[in-house]
Amino acid sequence: MTVPAIEADALGKRFGRRAAWALRDCSFRLPAGRVCAVVGPNGAGKSTLLALAAGLLAPTEGTVTVLGTDPATARPRVGFVDQGKPLYPQLGVAETLRMGADLNPGRWDADTADRVVAGGDLDPRARIRSLSGGQRTRVALALALGKRPELLLLDEPMADLDPLARHELMGVLMGQAAEHGTTIVMSSHVVAELEDSCDHLLLIGGGRVRLAGEIDDLLAAHTRVSAPAETDLAPHAVVEARTTGRRLSALLRPSGPLPGDWRTGTPSLEELVLSYLRNPGALAPAPAPDTTETAA
Amino acid sequence: MIDYRIDRHTGVATYVQIVQQTKQALRLGLLKPGDKLPTAREVVEATAVNPNTVLKAYRELEREGLVEARRGLGTFVRRSLGAAPADSPLRAELEEWASQAREAGLEREDVAALFTAVLDTHYPAHTPDPAPAKTSEGDPS
Repeated sequence: MTVPAIEADALGKRFGRRAAWALRDCSFRLPAGRVCAVVGPNGAGKSTLLALAAGLLAPTEGTVTVLGTDPATARPRVGFVDQGKPLYPQLGVAETLRMGADLNPGRWDADTADRVVAGGDLDPRARIRSLSGGQRTRVALALALGKRPELLLLDEPMADLDPLARHELMGVLMGQAAEHGTTIVMSSHVVAELEDSCDHLLLIGGGRVRLAGEIDDLLAAHTRVSAPAETDLAPHAVVEARTTGRRLSALLRPSGPLPGDWRTGTPSLEELVLSYLRNPGALAPAPAPDTTETAA
Repeated sequence: MIDYRIDRHTGVATYVQIVQQTKQALRLGLLKPGDKLPTAREVVEATAVNPNTVLKAYRELEREGLVEARRGLGTFVRRSLGAAPADSPLRAELEEWASQAREAGLEREDVAALFTAVLDTHYPAHTPDPAPAKTSEGDPS
C-alpha cells in the first residue's frame, strides 16, 4: 500500500578496506508513519545507519531505500539532526532559521520552527557559537522540523537536553507525527526515555540488527518466566536464562503454550533490550508477517 | 477538557491509563455527553507519548460506546458512565462511613485495605480487554 520510509537490504559499511565493519548485513523495513527507536550500545553502528539513510555516507555493500528512492534523491523530504548538531557558529539564531527558510523554499514551516526556538527562551540575535549544547540542539531541531520532512532522522537528539526541554521537545516531535504522519527515527542508548514515544524498535548490536519490529509485537512475542531450577526450557527459544537458588528465570520466545506451573510475565521494553544485548548469541525472531500495512 | 497524566512506573499500559482516566472523568461528571476530548496532537504534545497510543485508547473508548469520532471535528463524549456522580447519595453514605472509620481510629491504609477487600468481594477482578489490532489511520480529529 504505502511506500516504506526506510528499507535496508544487506546494508553494510566499513571505513577503510582493512577496518572492521561498522554495520553489516543489515536488513529491515520501517513502514511510513512510525516512530522508531534505534537502540544499541555505544559503537553499535547506530550513527552509521542514520548517516547512510540520510545519504551522507555511501554503503560499502547492500542498499538502503528512503521514501521509495535513493537517499540523495529523497534528501529534500528528509530532516537529519546529527549527533554533533552541526550549525554555522557565526550565524545568529534568527539568521539560522532564515537560512532554513531560504534553503527549503515552498515547504518551510516557520510557525513550527519559531515555536521550537521560542520554547527555549533564546535571544534571536544570539550567535550559535555562544549557545549551550542543549540550546544548539533546540535550534538544530527547529531547523529540521521547519523543513516539514516526511522522514526525520535524529541521532541522539535528547542527549544534552535538560529533563524539561526533553519532555517538551519530545512532545513537539509527537505532535508532528500526529499532525503530519511524519516518520521519526531516533537513536539513543537510554531505552527508558524512548519507551512511551516510540512504536517501532530497531535494536543494533555489534554492527548487526538484533531485533526489528513493532514494539507491541516484540513484547507480545516474548515472555518472562520463572520455573524450578533444572527445568528444561525446550522447545522454546531462550534469549536469556539464569538460575538463582532453586529458581530459574528466563526470557523466552515461546513456540507454543507454556506449562501452567511456570510463573510468567510480559517483559518491559528495557528488559527485552537488555536481555538481547547481554546475550549476543541469542537469535532474532524470524521477521513477523507484515501485518502493519494491511490495517485500515 | 481533560488532562491526562501518564505515569510510566505503574506497570499499567499507557493506553490503558488514558482509557481509565477518561472513564474516571466520566464517572465523576468532569466529562459530560457532548464534551470534546483533546485531539491526539494536543495529548501527545502535553505527554510526549506516541500518537498511536492515544488513538488506540480513543478507539477502545469508542468500541465501548463511550465516545464517538466525528470526522474532521474530533472525538466527543456520547454518554456518561456509572451512577455515581460526585453529588450522589451513595457518596454521602460513603463520606459518613469514612468519618466513622476515622473516629474508630483506622489509619488511611486500614481504610483503603478494608475498602479494597469489600470491593473485591462484590466485584471480582477483571482483566482489561485484549488490545485491538494496531492500524495506521491518521488522527480522527
